[in-house]
Amino acid sequence: MSDSNKQAIAHYRNNFLKEVEDHVEDGEWVRMCMQCGVCAGSCPFGPHWEHSPQKIFMMIRAGKREEVLSSDSMWMCTSCYNCIVRCPRKLPITHIMHGLAHYAHRLGIAPKGQPTREIARLFWVNLARTGRVNELKFSLAMYFKDGFVQGIKNALAMQGIGIGLMKARRLNPMELLGGHKCKDKDGIHKMIAKAREIEERKQKFV
Amino acid sequence: MSPSIATNQTILVVGGGISGMTAALEAAECGKQVILVERNATLGGRTALMNRYFPKMCHPTCGLEINLRRLKGNRNVRVMTMAEVSSVTGQRGDYTVTLKLAPRYVNANCTACGDCAAAVDAEISNPYEYGLSKTRVAYLPHAMAYPMHYVLDPSIIGTADAGKAKAACKYDAIDLDMQTETVELKVGAIVWATGWKPYDAAKIQPYGYDRFANVITSLEFERLADPHGPTGGKLLRPSDGKEAKNIAFIQCAGSRDENHLRHCSRICCMATLKQTHYVREAYGESGKSTVYYIDIRVIDRLEDFYQKVQQDATVSFVKSKVAKIVEGKDGNPVLHGVDTEGYHRYATAHDLVVLAVGMEPETNGIKLPEDMLLDSSGFIESSQDEGMFGAGAATSPLDVNRSVQSATAAALRAIQVVHKTAAAEGAK
Repeated sequence: MSDSNKQAIAHYRNNFLKEVEDHVEDGEWVRMCMQCGVCAGSCPFGPHWEHSPQKIFMMIRAGKREEVLSSDSMWMCTSCYNCIVRCPRKLPITHIMHGLAHYAHRLGIAPKGQPTREIARLFWVNLARTGRVNELKFSLAMYFKDGFVQGIKNALAMQGIGIGLMKARRLNPMELLGGHKCKDKDGIHKMIAKAREIEERKQKFV
Repeated sequence: MSPSIATNQTILVVGGGISGMTAALEAAECGKQVILVERNATLGGRTALMNRYFPKMCHPTCGLEINLRRLKGNRNVRVMTMAEVSSVTGQRGDYTVTLKLAPRYVNANCTACGDCAAAVDAEISNPYEYGLSKTRVAYLPHAMAYPMHYVLDPSIIGTADAGKAKAACKYDAIDLDMQTETVELKVGAIVWATGWKPYDAAKIQPYGYDRFANVITSLEFERLADPHGPTGGKLLRPSDGKEAKNIAFIQCAGSRDENHLRHCSRICCMATLKQTHYVREAYGESGKSTVYYIDIRVIDRLEDFYQKVQQDATVSFVKSKVAKIVEGKDGNPVLHGVDTEGYHRYATAHDLVVLAVGMEPETNGIKLPEDMLLDSSGFIESSQDEGMFGAGAATSPLDVNRSVQSATAAALRAIQVVHKTAAAEGAK
């Protein structure tokens, strides 16, 4: 268990709603939910995830901290915005779901190996390194995220597309050697650090 | 005693539904001169289009009949139908009102014999049946019409039907040369009983009111259940005319929704509970009502009505706001959503869906004076000079009972205004 998770538990004890209001983007809206169920019924992914937004909001209010933060639901949101459009109380549901996902990730208790979380993490690592997305490295990282053997299998399965992309000059194999980057890499890193600092202050992590 | 009504101690009541009739009668029975104007061809408003009242399940014809008798027996009220207020100027105690009188093409000789209707051929969508049936271009609005006179639809003018109707009338009651008239009145106080309208259900896109024949509004359901209605009181669904036995009621159709009406319309829960009685009465044990709701909000003493409906085995309650409706086999609407008691996902087919539509203030063609204060939903509070008042459902979403209370209160406030006016003028 990460330190920030332990601190949060100690600080909020059983008031998970307060914790969400303090730390989750748009979390102060959770108490506005009137449990009508339109978000759950309108979600195109509805049947395919563990907890609907309606249920997540009720669980937050019921103090089910572990179950909420380790749920895969927030990671399944595709940002189609159906729920926001339909919500009779205009809760920014999509934003809350992403806020919860982000918070669970910060605390280090988001579901391990959840594909959406994994792709987001790899994308960020890839981008933050040089200020540019290296698509080749990013694809390879995705292939090999479940181990070396699975990685080879994935690469072989996708090789036709890879060769096609190379022929169409959409993929440069030389990118594997370092690849292109921003002119001022250090500047990018400083910018990201500053943004993180502001974000932490806003979400009361400091 | 002078029968003159053209002084500024006169009270004008705008709107001849249950609230307007009540306000006019209460003031008139206190000895005040009252003019009651109604833009339709008959008094009675939306109340006359209901099948039953809750909670006593009695017929609106009863309450209307009592009011009509009071009206007929009172010399202080002048009723003007087909009259619309086009402007109001002046101030508290001294208003000048311009009325536009639409031609009825039928004069007071009419005995309501119906020969004109039998003589004409053209039909229009019946405005007193929410368009569920057609009526001839010469028609009586409904069985409780007041005045009990026929009316010609303006579309008849210049057609062969106009001549046929005139020729058929034995009482010389049809006057095809009637024109729109403008009348000016001086009044001291005005009661705006302009009523309500159902929220436009077609705006609730996921429910498909405009796409699916078997999705109707609660008001249309009242007409289906009414023995005088388009189906003779049988609960026949629009798509194929078959009996609808498995009926879904969707609450908060437009109400309590930031995308539609922000307010709770208050009456729809009771209206639905009342309508489950219609299903029960029509089919006994073989009918089925399912109420989809967020919260059931029945007010004060009406809670016991809810409890009785809960005990009815043919009525079930699903705590869920339906997310969407799709059309299934045989035109059966299929309701999709997730219920809050257990978070179960459902897709349930019904024969007919009744949307318990919300109430909003009637605004179509109504020109309220700029001086009027409205709340955030557009309901009337009063005028800034406190000489004009709202009454009934124009002031808030109210049932008939509470509308009558509101109208009585408005009558009292109007009486206070004309009293002060009289005192200021030294009149007795």
